[in-house]
Amino acid sequence: MKRALWILAVLLSHWRRHPMQLATLLVGLIAATALWSGVQALNQQARTSYDRAAATLGGARTAMLVGRDGATFPQQLFVDLRRTGWPVSPMLEGRVSIGGRSVRLLGIEPVTLPVEASATAEVGRAGVQGFITPPGHALISAETLAELGLAEGGTPAIDATLKLPPLRVQPQLAQGVIVVDIGIAQQLLKMPGEVSRLLIGKAGGPRAALASVTGEKLRLVEPEAETDLERLTDSFHLNLTAFGLLSFVVGLFIVNSAIGLGFEQRRPMLRTLRACGVSARLLNAVLLVELVSIAVTAGLVGLVCGYFIAASLLPDVAASLRGLYGATIPGQLTLKPQWWLAGLTISILGALAAATSSLLKAVRLPLLAAAQPYAWQQAQGRWLTLQGSFAVIILFGAAGVLWLGDSLVAGFTVLAALLIGAALALPAILGLVLAAGERSTQRPLAKWFWADSRLQLSGLSLALMALLLALAVNVGVGTMVESFSRTFTGWLDGRLAPEIYLAASSEKQGAEIRSWLKQRPEVQAVLPGSRTDVPIAGLPVELLGFADHATYRDQWPLLESTRDAWDRVKTGDAALISEQLSRRLKLKIGDHVTAPTPAGAWKLEVVAIYADYGNPKGQLGVAIDALIARFPDISQTRLGVRVAPADVPAMMTAIRERFGLDGRSLADQSTVKTESQKIFNRTFAVTAALNAFTLAVAGVALLTSLLTLSQSRLPQLAPLWAIGITRKRLAGIELLKTLSVALITALLALPLGLAVAWCLIAVVNVKAFGWRLPFHVFPLQLIQLLGVAMLASLLAALLPIIKLLRMQPAQLVKVFANER
Amino acid sequence: MNGSLSRRGFVGGLALLGLGSPRAVAQGFAGLGRDAEGFAAVTPGRVLSFPADHGAHPEFRIEWWYLTANLTDAAGNAYGAQWTLFRQAMAAGAQPDGWANPQIWMGHAAVTSASTHHYAEAFARGGVGQAGVTASPFRAWIDAWEMSRGDGFNDATAAPLDVTASGPAFSYALQLEAQQGLVLQGDAGYSKKSERGQASYYYSQPYFAARGQLTIDGNTVKVTGRAWMDREFSSQPLASDQTGWDWFSLHLASGEKLMLFRLRQKDGANYFSGNWIRRDGRSEQISSSEIAMTPTAFSEVAGKKIPTAWRVGIAARGLQIETTPLNAQAWMGTSFPYWEGPIAFTGSQSGVGYLEMTGY
Repeated sequence: MKRALWILAVLLSHWRRHPMQLATLLVGLIAATALWSGVQALNQQARTSYDRAAATLGGARTAMLVGRDGATFPQQLFVDLRRTGWPVSPMLEGRVSIGGRSVRLLGIEPVTLPVEASATAEVGRAGVQGFITPPGHALISAETLAELGLAEGGTPAIDATLKLPPLRVQPQLAQGVIVVDIGIAQQLLKMPGEVSRLLIGKAGGPRAALASVTGEKLRLVEPEAETDLERLTDSFHLNLTAFGLLSFVVGLFIVNSAIGLGFEQRRPMLRTLRACGVSARLLNAVLLVELVSIAVTAGLVGLVCGYFIAASLLPDVAASLRGLYGATIPGQLTLKPQWWLAGLTISILGALAAATSSLLKAVRLPLLAAAQPYAWQQAQGRWLTLQGSFAVIILFGAAGVLWLGDSLVAGFTVLAALLIGAALALPAILGLVLAAGERSTQRPLAKWFWADSRLQLSGLSLALMALLLALAVNVGVGTMVESFSRTFTGWLDGRLAPEIYLAASSEKQGAEIRSWLKQRPEVQAVLPGSRTDVPIAGLPVELLGFADHATYRDQWPLLESTRDAWDRVKTGDAALISEQLSRRLKLKIGDHVTAPTPAGAWKLEVVAIYADYGNPKGQLGVAIDALIARFPDISQTRLGVRVAPADVPAMMTAIRERFGLDGRSLADQSTVKTESQKIFNRTFAVTAALNAFTLAVAGVALLTSLLTLSQSRLPQLAPLWAIGITRKRLAGIELLKTLSVALITALLALPLGLAVAWCLIAVVNVKAFGWRLPFHVFPLQLIQLLGVAMLASLLAALLPIIKLLRMQPAQLVKVFANER
Repeated sequence: MNGSLSRRGFVGGLALLGLGSPRAVAQGFAGLGRDAEGFAAVTPGRVLSFPADHGAHPEFRIEWWYLTANLTDAAGNAYGAQWTLFRQAMAAGAQPDGWANPQIWMGHAAVTSASTHHYAEAFARGGVGQAGVTASPFRAWIDAWEMSRGDGFNDATAAPLDVTASGPAFSYALQLEAQQGLVLQGDAGYSKKSERGQASYYYSQPYFAARGQLTIDGNTVKVTGRAWMDREFSSQPLASDQTGWDWFSLHLASGEKLMLFRLRQKDGANYFSGNWIRRDGRSEQISSSEIAMTPTAFSEVAGKKIPTAWRVGIAARGLQIETTPLNAQAWMGTSFPYWEGPIAFTGSQSGVGYLEMTGY
């Protein structure tokens, strides 16, 4: 034991003499752990909140009975079922408006609520008595309370006569939900005696057959393992995970080169220790202990960094999830102990993986090994061929998946295979380019330049692979974001044609505003818009009613349409369909879709497909008159107003003053546009941030590799110096070599990046978000990235070059004295 | 009698409020012990009248219909069955229909044999029809469990009755007959609970003859035997220094009935009380000093040490008996857990009965 400690002390003394090297090793491990754990924390946070929503008060995790047509049903059915042994609990759900914001109101019956459905949402601290006894309590999460700008104990009004019971904070509650007793909910929602669904408890016992109690009125819905929200957001989290993994791998490249350098420099030390009688087994065990201790230290720091990364990205992630899927997650990061454990484990495993080759070398370390660079290069040649053929196989595999696969996972598999294949092929391609260069010249120094570059390849290849990956992903993501941003801006201009948008507070006010607007001379058109949700194929689909008006005919951008699309929609038996919905339901132009309505099934022919970026729900655009005829109770409070741009401010003021509408119910076009753009910028803010991290990490990887090489390549440079080439010239040649391999790598990264972009746009986006963008190439952006890559390489090469410039001649001479 | 109301009040009150957090239980319990504001007061002189008093009394805070039965099958195997419905008002005052109704109902049902003990509980809000009691025609129900009038129902005997209940592993259907009238406890049904003025209205029907069938783990047996029903309602039943009680209802071979209990108090002292019901239905109070109750054996039940066998003596009446449980594991693991099961006894008198123990 004592001996082991001594060996550890000897090994550690190396790091004391090379603090910079230790720093790079730690930086690599910390970066890898931090980025990976940060992304995991974000995913975990979101998943926890989905779980909470799903488990809370009869989410998708509980079996339930619902009305055949999805409508509410009389609570007598609940009593009838209870009286025949069914352990059911009633629930009524609806929406109420609080200060102009729409909030989900959930009425529960705490006395019969199944324990398993209420586990995460204990009824308030004051107990059942206070909850059910008027005025009762309205349970709300602290986040929702803050979002609505309300205080605990408040009783906000939901209309002229009704008020919520006093608000009580319930920490376990899902976001955007207010929970009250079912009796209170029936009053607030004006649905006396009605319930939306019955949760079925797990309690066993004889129960009558469902149909014998309720006839055909109710339908059993089995609990789901996965919620809709999870399914929808899966792609988003997969996206994040993919980036986290990429950063992790790139971070490990740094660790690999730092450990490789450490091993290279400690080779004489290891040899001496072995010669002193330390067994190979003990030596390796101590090396392993050293590595694990470093990994644990770096892992802990990495986790703290990961926490801060996650905390700083969380607002963007939360905003994206809300904007894209309507999923609300709390803004306060909470982490489970498993997260810390998983982070440390991944740090240790990563360090071990990165150190494998060095550790294996140490195991096989011959006591007296001489440097054999040329033989080693030949071995390397064989390895390059092997690696190259492996790359070809992977690339073919990617093509195969692309051909056969159709899912998001297939999309990411293609991406991963493309990147890994290209990275593996990189050394072989570089080798070929350098060999071609060597053949093309006859001058001795130039020939040496090419040959030595090839020799360097194996040491640099990992760092260059990291650079290639980081650059390619940057090109890919940059191209996608830019494509999206342009398409989105154009689309927004088309969709947001009316100059003013308003939502009246009631039907009566809506009618008043309409008639008032019609009398104003400056108003060019009043465009009513109504929407309602209907279930189609088990998913909520929005029916959007719009008037037949030139505004739409001229400006609504359609992806595909029949020639008479607008005239057909006007008749009421045809619909425009959003791209997402058409993909989800696999509907093409000419197909039919049936929407359930209170007046019976409504069969609609699909006559056009339009882009509907950012809408979590599928949408069908129909004639508003036909929609109102089928949904007589539909709210008609939303209006678009067309006026000349110059008249907008005056008109807004007039409407505001006359009808008392506030900022939430009255907005002009530019405000709506800015808001929409803000949501979308945030969607890709996370991607861009991770992207930048990855590039930075790749730069560090290159730096550490070059540091490693500059150390081990002294024996190759010393003879050149000895035959009269100055240190300055040598440094110049070294810089040129680094930059040229970096340039070749960067040039290879461009087509690879475009392939990645195509994959993101044509496969991943379509699966993740349901829309496909036109593919654009942005040459200026590519050149810019090329510049950044060269700058990064230059910076990375600078430190070793300066070291070479400042190197004492004595050190170069020493190469000939020391047999390595 | 003092404790009879308390024991069930304790069960009912705590379990009903215990749906929330422990603190809610504490608050509810404290509230129950403190005041009865707005609820009807229990005063002497009220004449119990039937069928009206078989029904619910929402103007009082708490109330129950409590039935226990000692049964045997053709092969002579003994069984016990329990059917209980508790009502508790969350607030006094108006009793509207619908969810605004302030009543909460709780049901307990159990079947016990020498080797098995199955139980179930149910909760319901008043006002919607999931649970309730109507006086005429008499019907008490919660979910699918029901105790209702049979053909030719007599208000004076509260018989015949049909009783059904079921749980995950058991069900039963019993028909109860009685030839003798109801027993008014205490002073013509006014039962004093403490020197501080707490009291309840209390009557019983201990003379039921029962027959019907039990299904335990899928096996159905025909049974006959005796049953005992307690009816009680009050507004302020609890004494705040009680920690638990041990309560007996005994069918003596002589045809007499005996109700006995021991109240355990915080200070470690025991308070005994009892009621001797003669064959003609008249009952006589037994004073605390006359009663001796001593545990003779303990059983490990649900991780607790429970006295499941007792020696009971009332010297003045020449009674000296030893009781043994049919099944020592008759634990009611309900929201408010307690031990309740059939017992048999021998000694100066023999017979069967029920034992209930809480607070362990």
